[in-house]
Amino acid sequence: MNSMLERLSREFRVTDIIERNARLTTFTVDRDVAETLIRELRDREGYTHLNFMTAIDYIERGVFTLVYMLHNYATKSTLGVHVNIDRDNAEMTSIHTLWAQAWTYQRELRELWGINFPGSPRIEEDFCLEGWEEIPPMRREFDTVEYCERTFVSRDGRETTDPREHMHEVIFPERGGDN
Amino acid sequence: MIKSLSTETTLENAGLSAEEQDLFSNARPQAYEPYPIKAVEDFANWCRANSLWLLAFGTGCGAIELRPLMTARFDANRIGVAGRPTPRQSSVFIIGGYSSVKTLKRIVRSYEQMQGPKFVISLGICPINGGMYWDSYNTIKRLDQYIPVDLYITGCMPRPEVLVGGLLELKKMIKEGRCDGANRYVENFDWYKANQKKVIKNWNMPDYNW
Repeated sequence: MNSMLERLSREFRVTDIIERNARLTTFTVDRDVAETLIRELRDREGYTHLNFMTAIDYIERGVFTLVYMLHNYATKSTLGVHVNIDRDNAEMTSIHTLWAQAWTYQRELRELWGINFPGSPRIEEDFCLEGWEEIPPMRREFDTVEYCERTFVSRDGRETTDPREHMHEVIFPERGGDN
Repeated sequence: MIKSLSTETTLENAGLSAEEQDLFSNARPQAYEPYPIKAVEDFANWCRANSLWLLAFGTGCGAIELRPLMTARFDANRIGVAGRPTPRQSSVFIIGGYSSVKTLKRIVRSYEQMQGPKFVISLGICPINGGMYWDSYNTIKRLDQYIPVDLYITGCMPRPEVLVGGLLELKKMIKEGRCDGANRYVENFDWYKANQKKVIKNWNMPDYNW
């Protein structure tokens, strides 16, 4: 494991190697070499299984972090490959040539985060949101509550009560205070 | 006598392409008129109540409750309820919980394909006021804005016992002639259609006739 990571960090400028636990290690790699690195992990290091791929929206830094979670059945270890891509020009190399199921994830990423994967099959089609006209909803600048109130009709009479205040005021009024 | 609010006699079917326009009828839905003799209508209602055909369409997490409802333990067959695989042969539509906009499009489509008499049971809290999806960008809050609902069963999730209770209640309502959801849909057809088109942005299907 360590020798592999050393070799990878030499060859691919891998940074931020963090051992999250005994079986999960994550690291960050540059966007332009990420696909080569993942291909190498799959073909030569035994990380033959793509657990999932997803994105994290770091709006403060202006990047999306793509996470490719790879699993090695022989060593039972999992590797998280993080790739930072520019938020305004979100585009990444497609890995559907490595794992055919990746194109489903990539369609989802395009629809929910607006990340484009040129060449990925059926990437232009609607996935879950049909006829979506707003900005992609998982981007953090998307105001879900505002959109929801604008689009859907609420039923009157829905109210929520803070459990702590409700207990003080209604259920145990004689006790008062924090006891 | 029930009359449609709109004066137009045909539907626009604006979502269809030019060659599809010829394939679908543009007639407006017709309201059901009861038999003039009350005893005959009562008998018809008694018949309807005792042969309920459930549409096998699971639209949310509540669909999981339909399996035990139909199998040996709760055995809905004993109260005259059986499943049908197609909306054209079924009379009861159970909305099993939350409905995303994508599902709503299929719900509307299935509901309009159902032949009358047709009844809608809404299962769980989500179709009532949104439930835990109150701030979801993709889940409708109130089902009764889009299709008429005859009976609500609340809870998250309601157990099959309460679904059996709901079906018995529905039978009682049908016998009393109180399930007029399909007629409400016809009466307020333009209102329902406008609501549906407000959330279903890619309306590429006929307005009523399938």
